[in-house]
This record gives sequence, C-alpha cells and structure tokens, in this order.
Amino acid sequence: MALPAVAVYSFLYLYPAVQNLLYATERWDGVTKPQQVGLHNFVHLATSDDLFRRIVGNNIRFTLIVVIFQTAFSLLFATFLLKNTKTTIFLRVIYFFPTILSSVSVGLIWTFLYNPNFGFINATLKAMGLNSLALNWLGDTKYSLYAIAVTQIWFHTGQMVIIYVAGLQQIPADLYEAAEVDGATRWQQFKNITWPMALPTTAVVVAYTTIQSFRAFDLVYSMTQGGPQNSSDLIVTSIYNTAFASFKYGYASAQSVVLILVVLLVTWLQRRTLRIDYGVKK
Amino acid sequence: MYKVFKNTMLSIFALAVIVPSSIVVLGAFKKDNEIYSNPLALPKSWNFNNFRTLIHEGNVFTPFKNSVIVSLFSVAITLLFASLAAYGIARMTTITGRMLFMLFSLGLAIPGQVNIIPIYHLFVKLHLTNSLVGLILVNIALTLPISIFILTSFFKDIPKEMYEVAGIDGAGHLRIYRSIALPLSRPALGATGIFLFVICWNDLLYPLMLITQLDKKTLPLTLIDFRGEFATSYSMLFTAIMVASVPMIAMYIFMQRSFIAGLTAGAVKG
Repeated sequence: MALPAVAVYSFLYLYPAVQNLLYATERWDGVTKPQQVGLHNFVHLATSDDLFRRIVGNNIRFTLIVVIFQTAFSLLFATFLLKNTKTTIFLRVIYFFPTILSSVSVGLIWTFLYNPNFGFINATLKAMGLNSLALNWLGDTKYSLYAIAVTQIWFHTGQMVIIYVAGLQQIPADLYEAAEVDGATRWQQFKNITWPMALPTTAVVVAYTTIQSFRAFDLVYSMTQGGPQNSSDLIVTSIYNTAFASFKYGYASAQSVVLILVVLLVTWLQRRTLRIDYGVKK
Repeated sequence: MYKVFKNTMLSIFALAVIVPSSIVVLGAFKKDNEIYSNPLALPKSWNFNNFRTLIHEGNVFTPFKNSVIVSLFSVAITLLFASLAAYGIARMTTITGRMLFMLFSLGLAIPGQVNIIPIYHLFVKLHLTNSLVGLILVNIALTLPISIFILTSFFKDIPKEMYEVAGIDGAGHLRIYRSIALPLSRPALGATGIFLFVICWNDLLYPLMLITQLDKKTLPLTLIDFRGEFATSYSMLFTAIMVASVPMIAMYIFMQRSFIAGLTAGAVKG
C-alpha cells in the first residue's frame, strides 16, 4: 500500500538528494559537459569564498535572533493566554493570523512598512518626534538582516504561541496552587514550575524555528533579494543565486550540502544540550 | 504591576498584527496618495476600482486559477498516497514497516530546498518545467514525508481491536483502510489537508525556478512580478495581496480549529 508514496518519494526526493551529492563534486554551467573536480568545490567554499562565509554568518545571526526572540515572546504570550476565556481565545486567533498569509505577501507588506520615505514605521517615528530613528531599514547594510528577522518573528510567533499553550496546559494546575499556598511569587512560579515543565515544548519550538530559519528564502527574496551588498543574503538565497543567476550548478550543490550539514549539526547539538538540561532538572 | 505589563505586551502584539492587516485591507480600496498620506484612514470612497484594474491589466485570474489547480491536486494526491503509506506503516509490525518509516524520516532530515538543482535539471529533461503537473509532482514529493509522519501517528492511535475485529470479519487491508482507518481519522486528514494546502498555496521557491511562462504562473510568483510592475503603486499591490489571501482567510474564518490544529501538528510532528 505504500507503493505509490515510495515511488514518488524515491524518484523525486531521494534520487535528487543523491544526485545533489554528485553535482557537488562537479563544475558545471548547465550547458557544457560537467567536469569532475572532486572535493574542490568544498575546499573553495571553506578556504577562499569570503562571501559564502559571510552569508553563513548572516544565517547564523538571523537564526539566533529569531530563535531567541520568537521563543521568548511566544512563551511569554502563552503564559498570558493560558486560560481558555473569550478574550484569550480571540487573541490567540489574532496572533495566529499572520501564519496563514503567504510569505511573499508578508514580505511585500513589510517592505511597505519599512519604506524609508512613506512607510508606516518611519511615519510613526517622525510623528513622535523621533526623526533620528527613522532609518532606511531595508536599504542599509547595518539593518537589513535584522529588519527581515523582525518580519520573520512577526510572521511565526502566533504559531509558536499555540504550541506553547498546548504544552503549558498539560502542566497540572495543583502545582501552581501549591506554590501559591507557599507564597511563591509569579517569577518563582515561572522559574520553578513553568520553565522546567515546558522544556519538552521548548525543545520542539526551538528545533522547528531553527530549521525554519535555515530554510528561509521567501522573505529575503521578496524584501531585499539579499541586498544591499549581500547584507541580508542567507544560505538558500545564495544557493538559488549561485545556480540560477550565476549558473554554477556544481558550486551551488556544494553549498546545499553545507546547508544539510549545518542543519544536522545544529539539530544534534540542540538535542544534546536539551537532554542534558532534563537530566539536571529532574 | 504584572497586570499592566501583561496587558501592555498583549496589546502591542495584537496591534502589530491588526495595524498592518488593516493597512492592506483599507489600501485595497484607496488611491496611492491616500495610502501614503494616511495609511490607516478610511478610504474616501469605497469602490472596487483597484480590483477591476487588477483583473484587466494584471490579469490576476490566470495565476489564481493555476494556484487553485496546483494546490487542490497536490493536496488530494498527497493525502491519498500518504494515508495509504501511513496505514501500511502503522499496521506493519514487521521490520518492513520500520524500514519504511526510517526511509520517509530521511526526508524530514534533508530540507526540501537542497533539492532545487537536481529537480530543475530532472524536470528540464522530462519537459516538466512550465507545467502545472510538474509543480504538483514536486509538491507531492516534498510534502509526503511530513504527511506520512503525521498520519502514521494518528493511525497508530486507533485501537488495535478495531482493525482486528474487521480482519476477523474477513475484510482485506484495502477494505479496513477505507472503512475503518479513513473514517476514524477524518479530523486528522482534514487538519493535514489544510496544512498541506497552506504550503502549496504559498510556495515560492519551486515555482520561481520551474515556471517562466506567464500563463503558468502561480499567485506568489505573480505577486513578485507585480512588485516590479507596480513598484510605485501600493494600492495595486495591496489589492493583489488581498486577492491572494482571500481563500486562506475564508478558510481560516470557517475552519479555525482544524486550521490551527493542522498548522501546529505540522510543526510539532516535523
């Protein structure tokens, strides 16, 4: 019964994935015959491609910011919206709303908000007399990556709030009641009950957000296309441009192999640290 | 203190969602200068001029139709293939079942984005570029692993006795799949279907690479084109965003629960 699925999946997922490894050892412009170059692409990536190194750095910074803030916000909001009342359910529905939009729509909306001349953000800042803060968000190499990170956080925080709410609602209420009887403050309750009990959920949220941030493409493509001067380029946008704008297919494949390795490494590290965390807390 | 902090934070994020959304909805009924001067004000007159222009000049109907075709077929076929495979995996206690599961789990470890180059060359060879069928095939392949993952866990939750009783009554696997597994997991199928629909409807990367012909473009591609075409006209862009988002918003309003369940199941199980 699994036959149709196995067939499509093998032919259009596993086979390309293997082929990708082969391409990564070739130099190929897509027109002339591919040339075997062994590990040359990887050596070049590791030693003499400053741009790619910067792009990996961008992606790591992007991921760190998104993971830290998105997780913190969603945990905070989930603790506020834990009880099922009309208001909290309504707010959860509102918060979740960006998740259903397409990333291109979100990218275009935020391009308008960030517009240095008539965008909503700068108009608001100027109206509050904060002219010096009205910057060229997407057009400045210093801010473009962070501006996109903010958009990403806006986009997916609501989804993570829902996951946290589901996780936090599993925590037995009598734990909090007992803590309250003992006179524990809200912060103590959070630190000693919510945080340790929510660790498994945090593991899920962090893992999902991390992978999502390493896969990010659409927002960058629709907001800055990696610019200015590659300041907001991420790994997937780099793979896309190397292949379909510079026609270096082999080199782009090598970059995508690096992406797989980075994702696997990060996931493995996270699993390890979170598991150690459980050990200590339990 | 706590109350003030809580309410402030909650209001700020609610506004952060509501304000941009309102700008888009209101903007779709405004002229450009109205958007630039005061994006949150109500339009001077409510009319559908922007929508009319978009349909005539932007020819938005074709990409809309393409997106509907691609998403519906992708979701239907993926659900069929994935549920068949998931049923097999859930019922097979032998090594084959576990091997199959491992095989599909591999797909969760390798991000689908890394396959763009081999897929592109394969599709050029098979004449599947500029083809909606090609997009549907890619969508199926990309979403099978996660769908199988979600559905297997649901099929495993169905009490074993249900399957066994049917087996004693002489029902074959296909029959048990159709009359027991599927009906009992209808909410799961619905939620997974919505999750898949959102992915297919919003996908940019693969269409961007595989589609160049105007009459084969999907909505996200058309939105990207509009950005260039109407670079200075946010009223047109906002109208296009409205058109592209309306099916999702309608589904979200009517099927909120399955929507949220589906999109979070995708995250948790993945």
